[in-house]
Amino acid sequence: MATVNFDEYKNIWVFAEQRKGKLMNVAYELLGEGYNLSRELGDGCKVCALIVGKDIGGLAEECFAYGADKVYTIDDDLLEVYTTDGYTKVVTEAINEFKPEIVLYGATFIGRDLAPRCAARLDAGLTADCTHLNVRVKNYIDYAEKNTTLNTESLDPEDPAKNLLMTRPAFGGNLMATIVCPTTRPQMSTVRPGVMDKLEKREGATGEIVKIKCELSKDDIRTTVKEVVKAAKELVNLIDAEIIVSGGRGVKNADGFEVIRNLADCVGGVVGASRAAVDSGWIEGSHQVGQTGTTVKPKIYIACGISGAIQHQVGMQTSDIIIAINKDNDCPMMHLADYALEGDLFKVIPELIAEWN
Amino acid sequence: MDFNPTKEQEMVRKMVRKFAETEIKPIAAEIDEQAIYPYATMKRAAELGLMGMPFPKKYGGSETDYISYVTAIEELSRVCGSHGVIVQTHCALCTWPILTYGTEEQKNKYLPDLCTGKKLGAFGLTEPNAGTDAAGQETTAVDMGDHWLINGTKIFISGGGIADVYVIMAMTDKSKGNRGITSFIIEKGTPGFYSPKHEKKMGIRGSIASELVFEDCKIPKENMLGKLGKGFKTAMTSLDVGRLGIAAQALGIAQGAFDETVEYMKNRKQFGKSLDKFQALAFEMANMYNQIEMSRLLLYKAADRRSQGLPSTLEAAQAKLACSETAMYVTTKAVQFHGGYGYIKDYPIERMMRDAKITEIYEGTSEVMKMVIAGSVFK
Amino acid sequence: MKIIVCAKQVPDTNEIKINPETGTLMRDGVPSILNPDDANALEMALEIKDNNPDTEITVISMGPPQAKVMLEECIALGADKCILISDRAVGGSDTWATSNAIAAAVRKLDGFDLIIAGRQAIDGDTAQVGPQTAEKLDIPQVTYVKEYKFSDDMKSVEVKRALEDGYQIIDVKLPCMLTAIKELNTPRYMTVDGIMRACDPNLEIKVWGAADIEVDLDKVGLKASPTNVFRSFTPKPKGKGVYIEGDTPKEKSQNLVTGLKAKHII
Repeated sequence: MATVNFDEYKNIWVFAEQRKGKLMNVAYELLGEGYNLSRELGDGCKVCALIVGKDIGGLAEECFAYGADKVYTIDDDLLEVYTTDGYTKVVTEAINEFKPEIVLYGATFIGRDLAPRCAARLDAGLTADCTHLNVRVKNYIDYAEKNTTLNTESLDPEDPAKNLLMTRPAFGGNLMATIVCPTTRPQMSTVRPGVMDKLEKREGATGEIVKIKCELSKDDIRTTVKEVVKAAKELVNLIDAEIIVSGGRGVKNADGFEVIRNLADCVGGVVGASRAAVDSGWIEGSHQVGQTGTTVKPKIYIACGISGAIQHQVGMQTSDIIIAINKDNDCPMMHLADYALEGDLFKVIPELIAEWN
Repeated sequence: MDFNPTKEQEMVRKMVRKFAETEIKPIAAEIDEQAIYPYATMKRAAELGLMGMPFPKKYGGSETDYISYVTAIEELSRVCGSHGVIVQTHCALCTWPILTYGTEEQKNKYLPDLCTGKKLGAFGLTEPNAGTDAAGQETTAVDMGDHWLINGTKIFISGGGIADVYVIMAMTDKSKGNRGITSFIIEKGTPGFYSPKHEKKMGIRGSIASELVFEDCKIPKENMLGKLGKGFKTAMTSLDVGRLGIAAQALGIAQGAFDETVEYMKNRKQFGKSLDKFQALAFEMANMYNQIEMSRLLLYKAADRRSQGLPSTLEAAQAKLACSETAMYVTTKAVQFHGGYGYIKDYPIERMMRDAKITEIYEGTSEVMKMVIAGSVFK
Repeated sequence: MKIIVCAKQVPDTNEIKINPETGTLMRDGVPSILNPDDANALEMALEIKDNNPDTEITVISMGPPQAKVMLEECIALGADKCILISDRAVGGSDTWATSNAIAAAVRKLDGFDLIIAGRQAIDGDTAQVGPQTAEKLDIPQVTYVKEYKFSDDMKSVEVKRALEDGYQIIDVKLPCMLTAIKELNTPRYMTVDGIMRACDPNLEIKVWGAADIEVDLDKVGLKASPTNVFRSFTPKPKGKGVYIEGDTPKEKSQNLVTGLKAKHII
């Protein structure tokens, strides 16, 4: 590996993913997180959005409003839809030219295609699917003491190091690991959508826009995107839901989810599901909450007949209030819950609907 | 003496367990309740190669050893005793005697379809007046010069009416007793061959047992299996193989009931603690665990002797006696430990107890096993 | 057609439990399995072979010698041959270093038309090794594949690539890398004949060390990896919540709603 001169690398970049001219939610979340990290780093560190696409100039304003100090755009007809080859080429060339210290991507189906390809081309370290980021050891200690079992005695709060500390779940969420990239730059990570907080919108905020010249030819792109299809069914918006009512193995069959839907309708929530329910074919995969599904943090999460496998907990444990309804008072979900209601969900839910109304 | 499973045996267990847990477990209660033959899962089992495991490759088999073979039946029976007995009857009582006593023409004609499970095999020995005393055969086969004419009735025939190929015993010379019995191959659809009545059984209800009726049933001369008057030997040696399969079925049922009970005891709470914390129950579970393991060792020893071509009549009888008694003991206790839940059909335990009972009866009752064993002790 | 499948042996993370006293992982007795997405990748290769019998499937894995067991299962499922990259020199590799090793091993093989990998492994959940290997081999990639259709001449493949809210239809020429998701197919079972083939003493699973794959030692292993584990730990268990009292479902529901209202949650 070539040694890199760390001093050349400055600023935090956020790959502000857009689809069809609309920024993904995670782009705002990353700008928020990038903003906070850039202030922790100090020394004039800026958070910069990198927008790639066709006719995307208008999105710069959005990025400024959500915290960007600076926006880089790469605008070209060939970048209208995402292609691995096209985007990897322009993104890696921009990184080589401007040398950001940190690059954050949303861990979306596209971000997780692009980021590793870029990392391999740049020979840079990449950490997948992060759920927490720090640059100051002191803040990392605060985070660890509050949320984890990590013994922080060996860590020095005065440590001047400013490496990006990238924390992520592993082993299906049974273990958390904090990853560093001590020898390469930029430090890159994909970040789980729905985890970081976006900033309050600052209407009218502006900043410098840098238009990067695109040198892409058709031959650079070895795949042809023939069609982009939005799912006919309405997208299950678990991420933005304030209340989620989820069903698990205890729901017993596809018909059982009718009861879950009724409760969701009653409380104005969205239907979620555990992997067991999805794997049994009772409900579509788009409803799945957990490590292999969607990570959610609604105001209220109602887990019905979900025992609470670790891989499910990982996806919902940061919900503000967790209500569990389960026959087994000793299952992990009942322990995790803020409110544990022991009972048969088929008997409890109709009563709960009556009460709620 | 090596007590460790071979790679082959381990992989067979893993494969069949996954298949059984995924495909068979969800339908086991339904085929029991409605007494329906599981065509779809048996077709899948055939595709995976479970219908011809220990038989030569040249006839479509896989040439596994007999421990792998009994392991497969054990794992099927762990979730559903019906599936276990279907495989065992087909292999031990139809495919095996054709392989062992058949002419090259018969082997080429029947074995490829049997070993690949395209056709299902069955075995007809038991009659209304010839149970344990098999020599009391009343079904007759008369040499008519250019064909055999079969008349008589068989009962309790596993796979009767479902199976395509039947190995049946019939009297060719009543005066000679056992030596007057000859075995024949009869195909489904032969005129004069019916299976009018399905028995209503207590257990293994997914494995259909029927009456077979032969009314002036003409079968070709070349369908005699083995030599004239050697049918009793065909039947008895086939049952030696069959007893391995029944022992495996019993062992699987016991293991299945035991595993269910372990999970139940860990989760069921009474008096503020889970059942596994009650020493009286836990100690009984220790006994059950031991019984299962002892039975398994006897079974694998018997199967290993067959793989090696050593005599195994005694060992197969020991294995069957031990495994079937273990199955009855373990499933009865399992129902007990489940309490009321063990007695209702929401749990598989009562089915397992009903399925277990037959293993003490068919292919030689426990009393017959004791006759074989005692005969060896006092020879 | 020559297909390479990338597979990893992983602990069944559904079976991992945390020791409540020490907060450490209890990995004892946790079975090792073929990574689920990789099983989908192998299934796709096997389907292609079902329809094109002259297909040759080579499974490549990297891991400790025990991973041979998983590769034997790949043979029992229908793969033609298996290669295990196993060497202390490659131990501790992160995704970047792993992709260097796998790409090096692929280069030692006699060419390929298609590489299929699982989207991600359930122990690391990174989804990075597939794309990084494709980059090192300089071939195009399509990740999150849920359906595919080959052109008549088998020179290109049209795939349906999943997105969060739909899918893309993408045409890609071979050779390329595809990564499989569970929606792609249902993996088959081993067969008895497959098991007998896997147990055939003439079938040997090749174990390749760093020297065999001729990889630069400064591109593999723990030291060469750009990412390092700084700390690892388990999440903190939450404090005890409220147990809703009541004798009937109705009473419990009343108490819950009352409790939520009292705290102004609803």
